[in-house]
Amino acid sequence: MCTTCGCGDKELVPVELHERILAGNDRIASHNREHFRESGVLALNVMGSPGSGKTAVLEATARLMAGMRLGAVSGDLATDNDARRLERAGIVAKAITTGQACHLDAELVHHALHDFPWKELDVFFIENVGNLVCPALYDLGQDSNVVVLSVTEGEDKPEKYPVIFKKADLVLVTKCDLTPYLEVDLAKLEDALARVMPEPRILRISARSGLGMEAFRDWVLSRRALLPGGKARPHRTLASGHEHGHPAAKDG
Amino acid sequence: MHEYSLVRAMVERVEAAVRENKAKGVHRLRVSVGELSGVEPELFRSAYEVFREGTVCAKASLDVTLVRARYTCPNCGRAFEPGEVLRCAGCDRAAHLNAGSDELLLESIELEVP
Repeated sequence: MCTTCGCGDKELVPVELHERILAGNDRIASHNREHFRESGVLALNVMGSPGSGKTAVLEATARLMAGMRLGAVSGDLATDNDARRLERAGIVAKAITTGQACHLDAELVHHALHDFPWKELDVFFIENVGNLVCPALYDLGQDSNVVVLSVTEGEDKPEKYPVIFKKADLVLVTKCDLTPYLEVDLAKLEDALARVMPEPRILRISARSGLGMEAFRDWVLSRRALLPGGKARPHRTLASGHEHGHPAAKDG
Repeated sequence: MHEYSLVRAMVERVEAAVRENKAKGVHRLRVSVGELSGVEPELFRSAYEVFREGTVCAKASLDVTLVRARYTCPNCGRAFEPGEVLRCAGCDRAAHLNAGSDELLLESIELEVP
């Protein structure tokens, strides 16, 4: 009540917050991040348009990193097709069906970790919902953001969607095997990236031909080496159907 | 359309503030939207108009301030033009983004106390 004259008007009290509206999501993301770091698991948030080749990149990565334990959760509005593709490629995978939601958030990822053997992994891919807008807003607890952009999407995509590219630690320009059939100028595309990313890191790749895939693998390994104890710890090998490991194959 | 989930998160935060302060109502919210936050101020406003019905914010007005993105060289301080390559050629340094221009912030709430 107004105490000056007793008129009965409500008193207004300003509360200064200066707080991120997604602070709740960020808290869960930090919790996820702590989990991943403690367990020496490299978590990568893979974002990009529908059809940009996110799943194909992961399949091709699995072919190159056969010795490492790879896992993935795959966000999809309605199906588990991507997760099944990843399983066939040898990646331990689980679908997160988001219904109408256009992005993954930290809670969806945290929830997916339950009854999923993420602690056993060397690299954990979080394949986001195909979308160049919404996923950029939500921290999931990843180590790095990988944005996948295919050569068929147009050279000006980075300038149309600056938010997601600004957040990218690495941009994979995919389907580069198609460039002879297209009128795409990759130098122009990379120039566009340099206008939205202060420190652009870009790899030209093709999941189909294998172009650039080794460079991507090396980038993944370099990120993993930066985890606490990541360099010292040899990566775990898959038991390839055996419950017991061969003594010679055991890590030293 | 992530604006609805953002508005929901904001209203939940306001509800918590109302409980903490034993407020009777909410008079006004002030939000700042960075140009590179990934949030469209108009969509945020219209999502708020729909979502606030039946919540503690039903009668609360919403002030939205847009924070323009501005890149500068951390060395010489030169401001970059929109669309410019984000590296200072003279200093060979990556451009820095101004604070708040990639954030969505709940700046303050005005609560009605009995």
